[in-house]
Amino acid sequence: MNIIRIEHIAKIYKVGTEEVHALRDVSLNIDKNEYVAIMGPSGSGKSTLMNMLGCLDTPTSGLYLFKGVSVSEMSDNQLANIRNQEIGFVFQTFNLLARYDAIHNVELPLVYAGISKNERRERAKRALIDVGLGDRMNHKPNELSGGQRQRVAIARALVTNPSIILADEPTGNLDSKTGEEIMGLFHEIHQKGNTIILVTHEEYIAEHAARIIRLKDGLIEKDEIVNNRYIPATNEK
Amino acid sequence: MRILVFEFKEGLIIALRAILSNKIRSILTMLGIFIGVAVVITMSTAIKGIDNSFQSGISSLGTDVMYVDKWAWFTNEEWWKIRNRKNITMEEYSRFKDLVKLPVAVAPVTNTIQTVKFNERRVDNVFVNGSNADYVKTTNFTFAEGRFYSDIESNAARQVAVIGSEIAKKLFPNISPIDRTIKIGGFNYKIVGVLAEQGSFILGPWNPDNQVYVPIETIFKNFFNRSFRSITINVRANGPAMVEETKAEIEGVMRKVRGLTYNQENDFSINQQEGLQQSYKSVVGVIQIAGLFITGLSLFVGAIGIMNIMFVSVKERTKEIGLRKAIGAKKRTILSQFLLESSVICLVGGLAGLIAAIIISLLINQFIPTSIQIDSVFLGIGVSLFTGVISGFAPAYTAAKMDAVEALRYE
Ligand SMILES: Nc1ncnc2c1ncn2[C@@H]1O[C@H](COP(=O)(O)OP(=O)(O)OP(=O)(O)O)[C@@H](O)[C@H]1O
Ligand SMILES: [Mg+2]
Repeated sequence: MNIIRIEHIAKIYKVGTEEVHALRDVSLNIDKNEYVAIMGPSGSGKSTLMNMLGCLDTPTSGLYLFKGVSVSEMSDNQLANIRNQEIGFVFQTFNLLARYDAIHNVELPLVYAGISKNERRERAKRALIDVGLGDRMNHKPNELSGGQRQRVAIARALVTNPSIILADEPTGNLDSKTGEEIMGLFHEIHQKGNTIILVTHEEYIAEHAARIIRLKDGLIEKDEIVNNRYIPATNEK
Repeated sequence: MRILVFEFKEGLIIALRAILSNKIRSILTMLGIFIGVAVVITMSTAIKGIDNSFQSGISSLGTDVMYVDKWAWFTNEEWWKIRNRKNITMEEYSRFKDLVKLPVAVAPVTNTIQTVKFNERRVDNVFVNGSNADYVKTTNFTFAEGRFYSDIESNAARQVAVIGSEIAKKLFPNISPIDRTIKIGGFNYKIVGVLAEQGSFILGPWNPDNQVYVPIETIFKNFFNRSFRSITINVRANGPAMVEETKAEIEGVMRKVRGLTYNQENDFSINQQEGLQQSYKSVVGVIQIAGLFITGLSLFVGAIGIMNIMFVSVKERTKEIGLRKAIGAKKRTILSQFLLESSVICLVGGLAGLIAAIIISLLINQFIPTSIQIDSVFLGIGVSLFTGVISGFAPAYTAAKMDAVEALRYE
């Protein structure tokens, strides 16, 4: 079964009297354990699409089925639950809470899931070890490098065992070497059976994925399978 | 239910973290509530202290006592109408006393203001009451030492006195006043009794604690003759239930004693402490309301401060709110997080204010008998929580209904 199925999605923003068509007519399916990169020029609607897929935003028209359930019929609380349990967000600017140390940042989604203190600790620890930060659990974000911050953010996305990871330009604020390390981490995560959608501007980043969707002016220009996919060397820890 | 407890606990932890991460700002905000709660509680405690003192003073006068005077204590009658009333005399008192049946006690009262001395110690402007042995039955006096003067002493115009507790404290700080000789307006008096504290400072010179009691005949002998001025006849009914009936009898008997015909108006007044209560309320009540209003304003200013800071805090944390929503925080979770934050700030400020109010009350207790009651404690906590929720609601609601995508985009 598709995890994600969207049909003829459009999103129109009203700015004053003008209408901005961020998405015009987008349809796509994403299956379990897919690894998809979304590419396209600036303003083509990539972030808008990601927010839609992540149930942060609702389309102006069109159908969105998440695991077969129509998202547009869900209440605010149901959407919050979906975001909490089914979706893991990774952002370009990391979006860690500055006054929380790494482990507390990772615990946060579990707080909203209503999970008890001890279990939260345990799971957050495991997630941080999985992203290679077992020795940085009590560091605040400003005591971590950019790459380490993004690893904390990835641990936070993984800690709830979501059905899908959504990453909007996760390497955008990192140098190419660190970006490559993060992509190695995504590769591992994918290997473990997770579904990943990521937005990027860089062709070489996109080539880590198995499928590339190219957007232009709010439309899908191309939806292709990557033939010469780049497989990073794993277990470099 | 368990989910709500969980959310409350986690929300509280998040709120505490936010408060602690910006200590100076939180403390400054608390200061507003601190001052507001401190002054409101101090004010209401002081008001209660004054009221209690007045009530206990009033009740030491007795709710079933009436005072037959030439004039009413409070009146709207025109002066020229009542100006020519005859004095109430000792003879009228005697006839009145013989004729009335319902009262349990009747006593003639006059007074003079004198300086009271013992050796080098002196108290000026003391109300010296003159009456007879029945006077004590028209009051609720209790004695610290000794007794009231007797029939024999009052009839024989002896130089004996009973003194109030404040007078005793001032003249005899270290020794027992009983059997000591004091000078009242230059005349020697032997002290036969000391009143226990009646506790009604608000009555000032009318407070029994500040007065001296001597036989009325001794006053006539020492200070002025018996026809110098009108006396008051204190009449005590047999309990509050009998007041109305007794009042009717007093009126009838007084009219007879004063020789009034059926078509003449009363040329005397029957006063009761009720009149005192009303005039107290009309004066002090207004001051109290004004006081509460002004102190309430300072609390209001504190509340505005909280609201302001919470709005700033919501604005500052826009991105954080977006993130929290993205990872699954519900509207009500965000709402309660900020409400808890403002409530905790107010509660901590309020509790500190409460403690300050208790200390202030202990200090002013030297002048006005006040005591923080348990209801003031609840009032303090209630008011600060209420302020926290009210002033935090608008900012918290703004945060809760924020659009997640826009919040995340916020720089
Ligand atoms: N809240 C909004 N109000 C009005 N217009 C918006 C809003 N959000 C996005 N847009 C417009 O929608 C279009 C698509 O925006 P989107 O952020 O999805 O682009 P993008 O592909 O992510 O670009 P970039 O690569 O620069 O991140 C743009 O033209 C943008 O100006
Ligand atoms: Mg974008």
